[in-house]
Amino acid sequence: MNLAKLSIGKEAKVIKINGNSAITRRLMEMGVIPGVSIKVIKTAPFGDPIEVRVRGYSLAMRRNEAETIEVSE
Amino acid sequence: MKTEKQITKTPTSKKEITIAIAGNPNAGKTTLFNVLTGLRQKIANYPGVTVERKEGIWKLEGESLQLIDLPGLYSLDVTSLDEQIACDVLTGKVPNLPQPDAVIAVVDATNLERNLYLVTQILEFRIPVVVALTMMDSAEKQSLQIDAKKMSELLQVPVIPVIASQKQGIQELSSAVMKAAKTETLPHIPWLADSEYILEDDEIHLSLSDDAAANKKIFARYNFISEVYQESVKQLNTVERNVSEKIDGFLTHKFFGLIILVGILLLVFQTIFSWASLPMDLLENAFGALGDFVRTTLPEGMLNDLIVDGIIAGVGGVLVFLPQILLLFLFLSILEDTGYMARAAFLLDKLMSRFGLHGKAFLPLLSSFACAIPGIMATRTIENPKDRLATIMIAPFMSCSARLPVYSLMIATFFAGQSFFGFISVGAVLMLAMYAFGVLTAIIAAFIMKRTILKSPPPPFVMELPPYRLPNLRTVFQNMLTRAGLFLKRAGTVILAISIILWAITYFPRTANTEVLMANDANGNPPSVEEIQKANEDFRQSEQIKNSYAGRIGHVIEPVIQPLGFDWKIGVALIASFAAREVLVSTLSIIYNVGKDENEESETLISAIKDAKKEDGTPVWTPLTALTLMVFFVLAMQCMSTVAVVRRETNSWAWTLFMVGYMTILAYIAAFLTYQGGKFLGFG
Ligand SMILES: Nc1nc2c(ncn2[C@@H]2O[C@H](COP(=O)(O)OP(=O)(O)OP(=O)(O)O)[C@@H](O)[C@H]2O)c(=O)[nH]1
Repeated sequence: MNLAKLSIGKEAKVIKINGNSAITRRLMEMGVIPGVSIKVIKTAPFGDPIEVRVRGYSLAMRRNEAETIEVSE
Repeated sequence: MKTEKQITKTPTSKKEITIAIAGNPNAGKTTLFNVLTGLRQKIANYPGVTVERKEGIWKLEGESLQLIDLPGLYSLDVTSLDEQIACDVLTGKVPNLPQPDAVIAVVDATNLERNLYLVTQILEFRIPVVVALTMMDSAEKQSLQIDAKKMSELLQVPVIPVIASQKQGIQELSSAVMKAAKTETLPHIPWLADSEYILEDDEIHLSLSDDAAANKKIFARYNFISEVYQESVKQLNTVERNVSEKIDGFLTHKFFGLIILVGILLLVFQTIFSWASLPMDLLENAFGALGDFVRTTLPEGMLNDLIVDGIIAGVGGVLVFLPQILLLFLFLSILEDTGYMARAAFLLDKLMSRFGLHGKAFLPLLSSFACAIPGIMATRTIENPKDRLATIMIAPFMSCSARLPVYSLMIATFFAGQSFFGFISVGAVLMLAMYAFGVLTAIIAAFIMKRTILKSPPPPFVMELPPYRLPNLRTVFQNMLTRAGLFLKRAGTVILAISIILWAITYFPRTANTEVLMANDANGNPPSVEEIQKANEDFRQSEQIKNSYAGRIGHVIEPVIQPLGFDWKIGVALIASFAAREVLVSTLSIIYNVGKDENEESETLISAIKDAKKEDGTPVWTPLTALTLMVFFVLAMQCMSTVAVVRRETNSWAWTLFMVGYMTILAYIAAFLTYQGGKFLGFG
């Protein structure tokens, strides 16, 4: 399952990040690495981007980016 | 760096100590920098790039240290311009900037893990680091108990708790930095040396990223950080939902969030227009009075004219916008420092991305309704250079306050008192239509540019939503002051030069018969002849304009602007207004003999425009001409200050000229279509 499909309020563990772009790298640097737990807080009014909570802070990302993050509940 | 163990004093004779401040965005870097340097700071650009560099002098133990504020960073892997610059500074590759002797790593105590990531990377550069643990007050409120001593032991660098906004811990920080700058021991980086933190090769299947070695390092750093975090931080009693989250529930609410956003925008907009008008009037009067004073005190002649009509009128005309710019920056700083700006980008990203713009482009564009200059400066928050360029290129389409006098004059002259269906004012509709036309053109231009010359994959949107914080007044005001300083500097250089050139081309060559008239005037005419005197003066001015270089240029370009329904006089006004749009009003007044003190509501200017006749006796101006002129003003790039700022911000003459070119061509085409189309339909 990917992060974009995780429902609001649910917490999950990151298993894998697909993709090898600069943005994948950025996500990892910001602490989204396999093993870390991540929680979806809300979506923006037009459905995109989404806000997640990771390592104690809030991070916004587009669904495109969230789809590259594989998680398991 | 070895420095003699002198006891203070004679700081000039030895090598100056250089300290860099680094930290994540929103970690409190600026606040700390301001506390350490006070007003002894300046803004420069890194050579060759548009990123600003803030430097300051830090007086410490009798020495002056050079303090460099690095851009806000999440990491030091070179994937962005900011990161590149930070790396260059840390490795001493920036010309005229010595390699820092030590780095103050600003770490937000409420967001430790991610903030410490940058610290591990700085340490890998083998530069002494002092960790300034900021926001200790917020950490306490969240019941986080941080053992700074333990953390210091594990990281093997000094960790100093500070509350920058209350100037707490500064003393301790200072002495730690002084010691670090003079130390010669290299930092330890156990996470890259100790196999405990490093994954085996076959464990790195976790990401598809091709750079396995780099990924390995990221894991190792975070593994190490997790250990540090667990051993030095305790979460006492679990906190209830904190205030920040509660506020956020409202401000980014699916429905209320958007309403609040619109409300805030209206408020900012309204305030900039209404609050600024008083100081702006005062400034305008002050410059008027100054001009009068100089005119009557200095002996008559060219120098007098240059100072009054060229310098005071020109520079003053631009400086009157200072209050608006200050207010705008006040709001920008507050919105930024409270953390709201990130939310606005979050709310609007989807909408903006339809046009190829980044969510963060929203605020710069909004600011541009007041003035494109602060708007363009505000695009700095957009990291992707192409997205930033696209935003800069369309920002001047937002109808700024300098266009208002032009719209007002045209509407007052030709559409006053008219209404549709008896109750909708034509003037108001036209005004609104001009604003909408600008926005629409901007959207289309962005759409096209992002698919052609500025093509880039959809900009990634990974953005921290920082916790809501009370802005620090000192930081906010200091930011305003710095901006005001930059603006004044520009007014004193570029704008001054252009004002003088503009004055000169309307002043030279002198028309011969003016001397005759003036000589007559000087012969002590009785007061009853005052009217004749004024008529003479007005005639002289109009002859002067006609024969001046500007007038000649007006005649030369007349064939070009004739298809727009403009004659050479409008041509002169157009040329003059390329320096600043509102100059159109005063230039028209001069050309139409009504004296310079007319404003856009003046009866005489309005009737002069209405009465202006071509050689064949038909009126120069029709409502259609007025509409055409307004359309031209919506689109044309007529603002020297904006051109100068675009040059500075893009660091490229090519882009600057492209912008002037495409906007002006668009303006011409739109004006042409308006005029010819209108004529075809039987108007005018
Ligand atoms: N409670 C508290 N707030 C602080 C402290 N230091 C800074 N702040 C606030 O935190 C916010 C961000 O501070 P800045 O100094 O602008 O942060 P920065 O790291 O320069 O951020 P960027 O300019 O985005 O890189 C502001 O609203 C400050 O007033 C502190 O020690 N305690």
